[in-house]
This record gives sequence, C-alpha cells and structure tokens, in this order.
Amino acid sequence: MDSALLISKTQLVLVVLLPLLGSLLAGLFGGRIGRAGAHTVTILGVAASCALSVHVLWQLLHGAPVFNENLYTWMQVGDISVNVGFLVDKLTAMMMVVVTFVSLLVHIYTIGYMADDDGYQRFFSYISLFTFSMLMLVMSNNFMQLFFGWEAVGLVSYLLIGFWFKRPTAVFANLKAFLVNRVGDFGFLLGIAGVLLWLGTLDYSTAFANVELIRNAKVEILNGHAWSVATVICICLFIGAMGKSAQVPLHVWLPDSMEGPTPISALIHAATMVTAGIFMVARMSPLFELSETALNFILFIGATTAFWTGLIGMVQNDIKRVVAYSTLSQLGYMTVALGVSAYSAAVYHLMTHAFFKALLFLGAGSVIIGMHHEQDMTKMGGLRKYMPITHLTMWIGTLALVGTPFFSGFFSKDTIIEAAAEHAQTHAGWIAQYANWAVLLGAFVTSFYSFRLLYLTFFGEERFRHAHASHGEHDHATHSEPDHHHGPVEPHESPWVVTLPLVLLAIPALLVGFFTVGPMLFGTDVLGHAKQVPYFAGAIQVLAQNDVMAELAEEFHGPVAFALHGFLAPAFWLALAGFLLATLLYLVKPQLRVGITRALALPIRVLERKFYMDDLWIGGLAGGGLKLGKASSEIDAGLIDGIVNGSARLVGTLAAMIRRVQTGYLYHYAFAMILGLVALLAMARYYWQ
Amino acid sequence: MANLVSALTLGHYLALGAVLFCISVAGLFLNRKNVIMLLVSLELMLLSVNINFVAFSRSLGDAAGQVFVFFILTVAAAEAAIGLAILVTLFRNRRTIDVADIDSLKG
Repeated sequence: MDSALLISKTQLVLVVLLPLLGSLLAGLFGGRIGRAGAHTVTILGVAASCALSVHVLWQLLHGAPVFNENLYTWMQVGDISVNVGFLVDKLTAMMMVVVTFVSLLVHIYTIGYMADDDGYQRFFSYISLFTFSMLMLVMSNNFMQLFFGWEAVGLVSYLLIGFWFKRPTAVFANLKAFLVNRVGDFGFLLGIAGVLLWLGTLDYSTAFANVELIRNAKVEILNGHAWSVATVICICLFIGAMGKSAQVPLHVWLPDSMEGPTPISALIHAATMVTAGIFMVARMSPLFELSETALNFILFIGATTAFWTGLIGMVQNDIKRVVAYSTLSQLGYMTVALGVSAYSAAVYHLMTHAFFKALLFLGAGSVIIGMHHEQDMTKMGGLRKYMPITHLTMWIGTLALVGTPFFSGFFSKDTIIEAAAEHAQTHAGWIAQYANWAVLLGAFVTSFYSFRLLYLTFFGEERFRHAHASHGEHDHATHSEPDHHHGPVEPHESPWVVTLPLVLLAIPALLVGFFTVGPMLFGTDVLGHAKQVPYFAGAIQVLAQNDVMAELAEEFHGPVAFALHGFLAPAFWLALAGFLLATLLYLVKPQLRVGITRALALPIRVLERKFYMDDLWIGGLAGGGLKLGKASSEIDAGLIDGIVNGSARLVGTLAAMIRRVQTGYLYHYAFAMILGLVALLAMARYYWQ
Repeated sequence: MANLVSALTLGHYLALGAVLFCISVAGLFLNRKNVIMLLVSLELMLLSVNINFVAFSRSLGDAAGQVFVFFILTVAAAEAAIGLAILVTLFRNRRTIDVADIDSLKG
C-alpha cells in the first residue's frame, strides 16, 4: 500500500484539535487578540481542518483502508474501557467534509453578520468549539465519545441560542432547547446502556460484530410483555435522535432556536447538529436492521415530521421560522429514508440539505442584514432590486429545496420519495402507506412555503417603506437598539464576506447532486454507465430483504435519465402545483388571500398555534411538572420537614426534662456516686453468690 | 479494765467505724452551708476507715493494716492541705464558700 494512502493519526488529531485551539484562543484571549485576531485564528483553524478533511476523503476515495484506532484510554471501569478513538470510513469522511466546509463558510459569513455585535470574539469561540464537538461526534469509534460529542454540540447549541442573553425570549428558547434535548438524551443514554448491557462493549466495530447475540433475545421490562432486545435498544437510541434531530413530538425546540444569530441557525440548526441524529442512526444501521418494529416507529415519526411541520411553515411570517419549519420537514424526509432502510439516501439528503439549507439560512440572514435586522416578511418585499446576489442564490437554494430536477436537492429528495414508494409497495401495513403519502404531499407543501418566502421577500410591493413610516411615531419610545435606523430604511446588498459564502454554497447546492448521485447512492460511476463499489459499502449495512436502494439502483441509468424521469414523477407535479399556488396567491393576485384566509380561518389558526404542541409541552407537561414540583415542595415543607423538625423538638423537650437532674451541687453528685456504689455492691453481692 | 477491753470485740470497733462513716456521709449530704464542713466530713470518713484497719490488724495479728493507717494519715494530711488551698482560691475567685452557690456544673 502506498504510504500516501494511509490515513495518519496525526492528521485526524489535527482535524479535531485545530478548531478547538482556535476556539480557546478566541475565547480566552479574545480581549488581547481583538476582533480581527479572533476571526483570523478560528478561520485558520477551521480552514486547515477542512483541508485535512478533504484530504482524508481523497485518500479514502483512492483506496485507503478504513481507520479505526483507539488513541487514548479515557477511563477504565472493571472490564469496560472507555476510549477516545476515531473510526474514519467514507461515511465519516463525508460528514467531516460537510461539517468543516459549512463551518468554514459560516465563519467567514459571521465576519459580516456580527460586524457590530459586542460578543464578536465569544461568537467565534463558540462556533469553533461547535466544530470541534461535531467532529468528535462524527469521528467517534465508540458510543461514549459519541455521547460526549452529542452533549457537547447540545451545550454549544444552548450557548448560541441564548447568545443574546439579555433577550428574555432567547433565554426562554435556549432553556426550552436544553430541556427538550434532555428528554431525548435520556432515551439515548438508556440505549447506550442497553448496548453495553447486551452487547458487552461500547466500541462500534465490536458491537456490530456482536449483533448476533441479540438477534433473537427478548427482555421483559413490564411483567408479561416480552420485547425484543434489539427493538428496545433501537427505539431508545432513536429517541435520542428525535431530540437532537427535532422529530415530532420533540421538535418544539427547533423553531424557537431561531432566537440565536442567523449564522448558527445555518450551521447548527440546519446543516450539521440537527442531522447528528440521522447520522447516528445510519452509523448504527447494523443494529437498526435487527428490528422491524423500530424501523416502523422511525418511519412513522419521520413521516409525521415531514408533512405536518411543513404545514406550519406555510403560515409563518418570520423569514427564519419559515426556513426552520422547512428544516424540520426535511429532517422528517431523512428520517423516513432511515425508516425504509435507505440509510444511504438519508445521509445523502443530509449532505445536499446541508448545502442548500445553509445557503437558504445564510441568504435569509443576508436579507436580515439588508433590512437592518428586520425578520418579518410582511415588512419586506421587492428586495430583488437591492440585493441581486442574495436574490439569485436564494433562488438556487429554493429550487434545490423543492426538488427541481438537476438541482442537488432533487437527487436526494426524489430518491427518498421513490424509496418510500418502493417500500409501500413491498410492505403491507398502514405506516408504509402513510409515509408514502406524507413525503409525496410534503413536496407540495415544501414548494408552497418556499416560493411564498421568495415572493414575500424579493417580489411585490416594497412594504418596508410604509411599514416603517407608519410605526415611526412609537419607534422613538420603544426601540433603543443602536442599529435600529429611524425613518424609512434603504435596503442594501450585504458585504462580500456575506455574499461569498452564499455563492460558494450555491455551487454545491446546484451541482453536487448531479456528480455524486451515481457513486454515492447507486454504486455506479458519475454518469451511471459502469458499476463500481457503492460509496457507503462497509459503513452502512442493510439486510437483503430491506434493501430498497438496491431495487432503485436497478432502475438507475445515470443522473440525466434520473432527472428527466423526475419530470414525470408525481412529486414534481405536486411541487409545481405548490409553486403555481404560491405564485397565484403571493405574486399575481394577492387580493385572493383575503377570501382564502377567511374561508380557512380555523385550519390557519390551528397552524399558527403549531397544532397546539407548544401548549401541550409548555402548559401540559412543563406546567404539570411545575405543579408537581410545587406540590412536592409543600409535602416536603409540611410532612418531611415536620417529621425531621418534630423529632428534633422531641429530643429537645426530653433533654430539658432530664437536664433538671443536673443540679450542679457537689453533694448531689457525691450522693449519686454513693448510691451507685451501694447499688453496685449490692448487685455484686447478689450475683457473685 | 481488762474485762472491759476484752469485752470489746471486733464487732464493736467495726460498728464504731460504720457509725463514724455514716455520720460523715450525712455531713456531706446534709450540709448546705459551707465547704469547710465538707472537708471536715471527708476527714472523718477517712478516720472511720482507719479504725476499721486498726481493728482488723489487731484482730488478725497482722501489722500491715497499721502500717497502712500511717500512709492514710499522711495522704489525708496532704489532701487536707490541698483541699484548703483550693478553698482559699475558690473564695478569692467567687467571694463565697457557700455550697449552695457553687453550682456551675448545673445543666
């Protein structure tokens, strides 16, 4: 083997540690190195990390063997050793490149977006720390390090959602994100414990080699109900993924996380962290393949997320929230792909989604900068004149998102839709049918809210003029932010540090699908002519009877044919219908909206209240928890403290009585001694007879 | 006279010792006035023990008991000296030697 093709340990350590180093420098010495210093060190760290990741991917593509080594023993408890180690195969390498690439662009973008924020160095420190954590997560070779990365990205997400910690809404949002993720992480931890209990190891490769141990194992958690061990483990692990990847019903934190600055919405809450759950399930494919029940559960949750959260996106007016609901819906698509055992399609959609969704978020951020930190789409309109680059790149992102043939999003999304259809044909049961319909109709919904966003933002009347003129009076009283401009705002195109990442993301959003769909999904070369080893072979394992991707691969004749076939598929026509409806309502005849809003008042109200999920969580569960806490507090104060204080008082009372015996007079003590002596003598005489 | 002496048996001496002991115990407990009376009672208690020693020594024909009495007398003298010294110090500190006032051990 050519030594240039061996992945070196040093290289991987550098990939992980350079962002951490940048983060520490920017975080601890931010005051000394200044703003320019902070962004220079972090960008250099992430750029080097990105370059090395690309090199790792190149090595793997040219035949380097999979790297799987423990580097350091973190702790040793009995027979269980917890290591820090890396497993770098093609799945990991793809994630590394996506994470570092998007992170690098977001770093650059941040220079423009956070230009006049006081927390500039802190922000760079956080996003570099995030990059480190995410790399630890994806490169891990064992469950414990995975959990470390999992929690670390959660922590940074918490810190960044609450980045503007003086806003009560941001503090509420980060608390919500943290608490909801705790629910998921509880399941995840149970899943890891299950792996350790039944498979006896935390190491991926050993655990996957041991899956035969639990293939037919049963466990009785509730008396009389024997459950398959694999199902229990997989559902627990998936609950973790539901928290992190914001699946219904644990999705409620993601829309609120938009309180954070836009760059992190792009990096953490769209491109990378929220896809950690998808990545995790794909990585655990040998485990998940054991349990039909768990896969059906995943399918159901994914389909529900894909369709119903997209509906909410149709009525949102905050530009970032629309994109957030779109992210939820796309995560649902990925989860559906996992549920039908099309892991590679899920991970592939993860990759294309990372590019086009980061692009959409950064574009939305660019609009927000252009509008002087206004996020309400009803106060925008007509921006295409003022922000041509943002406008063009947003179009590319949107077309990729809705699945226009030849755009990258089409290849991944259409594969998922076809996989769901294939699954529905081969599998009986309502869940398969439901998932099929959910992803199909989801295409319509996606298209509608995406074009609605474009039209409200870039087309039509320039509403920001009279919007600002009308609330100009109370402006003086209510707003005191320094960046808030009084009087009518003049939108402007963003500086080059903002538009450059947009352009650099638009390129993969446009092209990456076409060039990678064959090699990555269907095991052919780029044009689909010759067969080759599938990209994810070895990293993802699928049972023969579940392998929908193999079925689809037989019908694959190159990306051009795939895209042309896409024009005939129902998903395309549904997306087109969404496009036409949005065009009609938001561009051609906006006056129609009045009548429709009135006719559909009830469903719109339900959507605006987000299916009352927030009320359920905050009012029902969190409120119930609060009531329970208050009740417990009263029981504690009344009953428990009563017993404790009561017994103390009892001792006190007894002591006060007995204390009287201690008179302090010498002769009383002497008398007691004599009496005692007499008593002892009497006893001695009595017993020693 | 000889009759009288021979009429006194060991029992009489022990009775005398017991009576003296009881008197001294009573003196210790019933005395509510001052500490000097306590010391006097203590001396009397030691003397009653001495009487027992001497009586047994004579009765058993063993001189060891009488030797012991000398030791006790010596120790009693030393003890009386220390006791009086403490008493003086006590008076200097508390301005009283009244037993009823000395109750700082009270709980």
